[in-house]
Amino acid sequence: MPTHHSLRLERLAIGELASVDLEIAPGKIVCLSGTSGSGKSRLLRAVADLEPHGGETWLGDVAQESLPAHEWRARVMLVPAESHWWADSVGEHLADADAADIEALGFTTEVLDWQVSRLSSGEKQRLALLRAISREPAALLLDEPTANLDDTTTRRVEDWLLTRVRDRGWPVVWVAHDPAQIERVARRHLRIQGHRLEEEGQGAWV
Amino acid sequence: MGVIELEWWQLALASLMVVGLAGCTAAARLGMGKSLLIAAARTVIQLALIGLVLEALFAAERLLWVALMAFTMLLIAGREVMARQKRRLIGGWAFGIGTVAMFLSSFTVTVLTLIVIIGPDPWYRPQYAIPLLGMMLGNTMTGVALALDRLTDTAWRQRAVIENRLMLGQRWQEAIGDIRREAMRSGLMPMINAMAAAGVVSLPGMMTGQMLAGSPPALAVKYQILVMFTITLGTGFGTLAAVAAGSRRLFDGRQRLRLDRLSAPKA
Repeated sequence: MPTHHSLRLERLAIGELASVDLEIAPGKIVCLSGTSGSGKSRLLRAVADLEPHGGETWLGDVAQESLPAHEWRARVMLVPAESHWWADSVGEHLADADAADIEALGFTTEVLDWQVSRLSSGEKQRLALLRAISREPAALLLDEPTANLDDTTTRRVEDWLLTRVRDRGWPVVWVAHDPAQIERVARRHLRIQGHRLEEEGQGAWV
Repeated sequence: MGVIELEWWQLALASLMVVGLAGCTAAARLGMGKSLLIAAARTVIQLALIGLVLEALFAAERLLWVALMAFTMLLIAGREVMARQKRRLIGGWAFGIGTVAMFLSSFTVTVLTLIVIIGPDPWYRPQYAIPLLGMMLGNTMTGVALALDRLTDTAWRQRAVIENRLMLGQRWQEAIGDIRREAMRSGLMPMINAMAAAGVVSLPGMMTGQMLAGSPPALAVKYQILVMFTITLGTGFGTLAAVAAGSRRLFDGRQRLRLDRLSAPKA
């Protein structure tokens, strides 16, 4: 069920970041980069309301504060750089994954019976994306979603994500380091500089 | 059936054997000799003092004194629960949650047992009330301390898992559900094991004491069963309350995991 709401950050303050204003339209991807320790992950955590922070975040006309926290996080879903699993088999974590999505990520439906303890870090990363998306969020916060993947798989995951984002109309914040990847997936690139976000040189298409 | 008097010099003989043990551990360089002797000395001093207090209490038989004694025991147990946790909730919550949980469970079950089941006259007769409460508190304290320690320590070690579950839109109760169950289990296991082994592997201390004091075994057994059940009730409800309150306190109003509410363990 596509929802098509924009994600809006108003004077968001967390850690070093003093006052972040940002609006992401439905179906658009904004890339976020910055040196390690600059607060990229913490910014995403504030947007998902996992850490106390200042300012306000809106999904369409719904304010973060107006929803119970778990409902907000179910809509504005954060996929962390390192995923964690609590049950034994993969299937127990995936509510109802689409077979097409499973195959697009390079698995067969047998993956649902796999043991989590035997997954490689690359498999975990792809399955974590699948796990998040199978819960039908309304916006995505991706923290280095292809960090553990080889080039071919990275491209495959990017293509799949771009199609899904366009179909579902999710606003997306995508933390990335690789300039080539940023070029491929996003039209807007922000870099954390000290206390604020700075617009980076935009792609040739502008 | 009379009880054979035990003189202080006879206890001194037993203490000589403890000193002997301490000497052996010192000779073997196990580093236990000193703490063994200190613990033994504490036993003698603490029990001798409590003997004096109980003599006075039994003689006076006043509700006020019994209640005062009971609350002193409760506060000491609360302090002990706090001291046994590696990472404890700061701001007095570790003490508060442990003490209130023990108060609710131990006091309620003890008073109910006294009034409804045993029925001494008056109901607070110290000879029944104080030993019963003492056994309740001692065991509930162990259960509550184990459960809270397991809860906070596991939450600390599995914080990434808990937060990942929150990110997927789970409620805090769901995100910490497994850890809560684990904590409850570790609080209740000692009591379940004790009940399962009672009489087969071990002769429970209270029953042994009663028989040494001249009670017929059949009566001692009945009291022991009653005490086992009440202790289990107290431990169970106390652990339940402590784990519920403790896990709630690990999250704030926005269901964020707040490990900054735990103290760092002392090195």
